Amino acid sequence: MPSKKMLSALILASAMAAPLASADIKVGVVTSSTGPIALVGIPQKNTVALLPDRMGGEKVTYISLDDGSDPTATVKAFKKLIDEEHVDAIIGPSGSGNAMGVIQFAAESGTPMLAPVGTAAVVLPMTEEKKWVFKTTQNDDLIAAALVDQMKATGIKTIGLIGTADPYGENWSKVMTELTAKAGISIVANEHFQRQDTSITGQSLKVLMASPDAVLIAAPGSSSVMPQTTLKEQGYQGKIYQTHGAALDPFLRLGGKAVEGTILAASLMLVLDEVPDSPSKTIATQYVNDYSKIFGSAPATFGGNVYDAGLLLKNAVPTALEKGKPGTPEFRAALREALENTHELAATQGVYNLTPADHSGFDERGRELITVKGGKWALLD
Amino acid sequence: MNLQIALLLGQDGITNGAIYALLALSILLVFTVTRILLIPLGEFVTFGALTMATIQSGKPVLFVWLLLALTLVDAALDIRQQVGQRFDMARLRMTAIKIGYAVLMVVIANTVPLADIPMAFQALLTLCLLVPLGPLMYRLFFQPLADAHSLVLLIVSIAVHVAMVGVGLLLFGPEGARTLPFSDTGLHLGPVMLKSQTIWVILVSVLLIVTLFVTFERTLYGKALRATAVNRVGARLLGISPVFAGKATFALAALIGVSSGILIAPITTLYFDSGFIISLKGFVGAIIGGLISYPVAAVGAVAVGLIEAFSMFWASTYKEIIVFTLIIPFLLWRSMTSHHVEDDE
Repeated sequence: MPSKKMLSALILASAMAAPLASADIKVGVVTSSTGPIALVGIPQKNTVALLPDRMGGEKVTYISLDDGSDPTATVKAFKKLIDEEHVDAIIGPSGSGNAMGVIQFAAESGTPMLAPVGTAAVVLPMTEEKKWVFKTTQNDDLIAAALVDQMKATGIKTIGLIGTADPYGENWSKVMTELTAKAGISIVANEHFQRQDTSITGQSLKVLMASPDAVLIAAPGSSSVMPQTTLKEQGYQGKIYQTHGAALDPFLRLGGKAVEGTILAASLMLVLDEVPDSPSKTIATQYVNDYSKIFGSAPATFGGNVYDAGLLLKNAVPTALEKGKPGTPEFRAALREALENTHELAATQGVYNLTPADHSGFDERGRELITVKGGKWALLD
Repeated sequence: MNLQIALLLGQDGITNGAIYALLALSILLVFTVTRILLIPLGEFVTFGALTMATIQSGKPVLFVWLLLALTLVDAALDIRQQVGQRFDMARLRMTAIKIGYAVLMVVIANTVPLADIPMAFQALLTLCLLVPLGPLMYRLFFQPLADAHSLVLLIVSIAVHVAMVGVGLLLFGPEGARTLPFSDTGLHLGPVMLKSQTIWVILVSVLLIVTLFVTFERTLYGKALRATAVNRVGARLLGISPVFAGKATFALAALIGVSSGILIAPITTLYFDSGFIISLKGFVGAIIGGLISYPVAAVGAVAVGLIEAFSMFWASTYKEIIVFTLIIPFLLWRSMTSHHVEDDE
């Protein structure tokens, strides 16, 4: 049969091509482009097409795998990338829980891992294993600090929290408890819900009964909308704050009038037209334009985290190439060291200054206070 | 907790409970007639809600292509069955009608400005698009192994569910969606406002339950389904086609699932993978009814909704645990009071 012949020819060709390609730098990408956190994973998977194709003069091949949001599948994908493909670095995975489960495998094999995940737990507290992990998102406490400062400045004394019952919501609840205590703000209600819940009436009523000055909703993606609409429906008059998890356009579309005036802190990618010029703005604008050209719509900020991982690698590879050839443990170790010494690297989410103690390395640059005005994102004045 | 809060929570619980009751009834119906535990029922709910949302947002309705594809596979199987046999014009005509229907749906979905038509028609179109998925699902996945062990049917059912969640992600994307409310007014009842959507949900649920009851008690087709549920072999001997019974129950389940989806879409954000947890709560209701009693299942499902609403208020973190733990005492009670009959299939 001709098709069988073609197939075997293809296999033969790919088998012959493989040894030739091994001189290149190999980067594995693991994202959750299906399953419950596909919302985060899809823009990340799409961004692989925009990652640099050359680093330090060497060609880069990307091997993109999907873990279906399943932590077990993430481990399998990591093992495959490490043991079979012998990659030099891994970008991913998308989920916080998924990332926690694979740190030991990255560390065991000595493969740098750039995790575009929300939770600070992947790099803090720093351990021998977490030395191999770098985090390309702003830590929750950096974002939370901006919100708490704003609350303090506007005279808010009591707040209510509504968060998802997952690592995202839990971490926010932890961070807010610490920060508000310092700022003299008390948390009068702390409620949880599941992303797929069909109703949040109970939690919302409980918060209403405590009548706080403001409410903070900590939930990723479109799940951040329902607590807010429920609160408004039940007549809540105070200010409503959201986290960077809500910083997506569907938030505006689903929320409509109910989300008008919401305050959140997030990356500058949301309000590119309004922020003053900076190196980050130039890079983010280019990323958004390139992405829109290929996929027809602007990327969610999650995609920017993967793009940043590419920039970090590109910046570190030339130094690492001096110490070893791609595909060797020496190269990977040198790459890790070079990443750790990244200095003043501007990227889509802000400016990176990595140190052995801080593997996330953001400061206030790139973090903006944003509000919803007339159904659009706008800088808070 | 004061009266007002109790009333608000009660309203919420009954709204959700009504939906769970509908789903519990369809699970029971499908299980008694075909021995299939219809895990993909939740996907009918989400597909209904998300299709409605797609229609309202004016985006292309991709689902219609899935309908066309499945119909074509179905037609191909029909024709293959006929090859080598005597031509049966009636069956050929039936096949032609099915393909014609799917093509008509494709034409409507791609030419009519769907976002601008009245909401009642949008809902009707959603039903027309999605209800055929029920019989198609039975024909393609379950009919070839209708006589298999019920465990095999359960495994296939889970497989279909997983596949449909994936298809849902492809068709509707990872974002949540909600639709416009049917009407904005509400009814003041003492200190609380009864939301109009709540009234819609309860009215339609009661209407569907009554219709089901009348169908099963009074019509020939309903009685045929009941006969199949009571004794499959006996019903077959009396000339009731098991294929017809399977397709009819799946169509009913799809109708109920999609209607539930359309009903709750304005009050909640639904995702491509929300369906499972919703139908699972209906399943808890069905278990309370021992997978046999319709009234007990309906009451049990409403109780699930109420318990969910109040536990959401008292202990939001443990809400799901409380709801699903509910199943254990009922299983214990059931296993102690009922006689165990060896399944000889």
